[in-house]
Amino acid sequence: MTVKELVDALNLTVVSGASGLNKEVAGGYVSDLLSDVMGNCDAGRIWITLQTHKNVMAIASLKDLSAVILVKDLKPEPDMALQSEEEEIPVLSSSLQTFELAGKIYDLLK
Amino acid sequence: MVFRADLHIHTVLSPCGDLSMSPEAIIETALARNLQIIGITDHNSTLQAPLIAQIAAEKGLAVYCGAEITTREETHCLSYMPDIDSLGRLQDYIESHLLRIPNNIDKFGYQLVVDRDENIVLEYPWLLISAIDQGIDQVAAFVHSLGGLFIPAHVTRPMYSLVSQLGFIPPDLNADALELSKHTSNIAFANGLGRKNKLPVIRSSDAHFVVDIGQNFSEFEMESPSFDEFKMVLKAIGGRRIVS
Ligand SMILES: [Zn+2]
Ligand SMILES: [Zn+2]
Repeated sequence: MTVKELVDALNLTVVSGASGLNKEVAGGYVSDLLSDVMGNCDAGRIWITLQTHKNVMAIASLKDLSAVILVKDLKPEPDMALQSEEEEIPVLSSSLQTFELAGKIYDLLK
Repeated sequence: MVFRADLHIHTVLSPCGDLSMSPEAIIETALARNLQIIGITDHNSTLQAPLIAQIAAEKGLAVYCGAEITTREETHCLSYMPDIDSLGRLQDYIESHLLRIPNNIDKFGYQLVVDRDENIVLEYPWLLISAIDQGIDQVAAFVHSLGGLFIPAHVTRPMYSLVSQLGFIPPDLNADALELSKHTSNIAFANGLGRKNKLPVIRSSDAHFVVDIGQNFSEFEMESPSFDEFKMVLKAIGGRRIVS
């Protein structure tokens, strides 16, 4: 499944980094501790978080993630959105909270 | 002259601060442990600091007043203010952004402002260990707009630190120094972080109990223990420096 297909299936908002929408989604990871993501998240995953600091994009790029999804309609800080464009890693937004969103994505990917 | 400073001390106002952390006890212990400067940094509140500064001044102990602010990312950041007026404005800023979660005394502990005789003058209603709705860069900018100092706390701690919450220290973070508290096990690693980010590193106790005060400290080469001198120490101006 591509990021674009996930966006359509779950009615996600593409906030930034639309040029990366055709990346493949290899799985998901949920964490708000960036140190944890840096240590434990595998490449190709989508990352669900509520952190909106630009370090999110640095770590998404370092770990070669396919996209970042912000929950509860959160929006990235401006420099995070900018970095998402540069890195071509989409930042998506969902009105759902983490538990519900992760459940739906799990169903789609399993 | 070299001055010994422990710039991260909690009081009875912090819910996790021991009830014995009264102004008198903090000052007497600091003096007994040969500290010349202390910092009063309760979680998300400045309200106990002015009284401590006032009493300490009578005894020749310098106090830098501030707070340990929990940013939106849940990083703990020490914020010190140059005077009582800016301290009041910091308090207003924190209160206008603090999540209004009622404190549960049984679970979290008392949040008390006391007077000189340890009478309770205020029981702060909102939980002080929650976060404020402001990102780390916004807090740094606000603190600097008032001439204050912004120092991320216990930067290598596995919880509530820059490193735990944000993975690494943002290269363009507008901080005046990094702090290492007694939680830090790997001092070489933390000093490396400071060098890599071109930031000075200070040490303090993060005392929540009287016994902790001065267990970890920094020594500064400076002309007097004033706040302006401390600013110059962090910038290494005119021979002023962090000795340890
Ligand atoms: Zn802390
Ligand atoms: Zn603390």
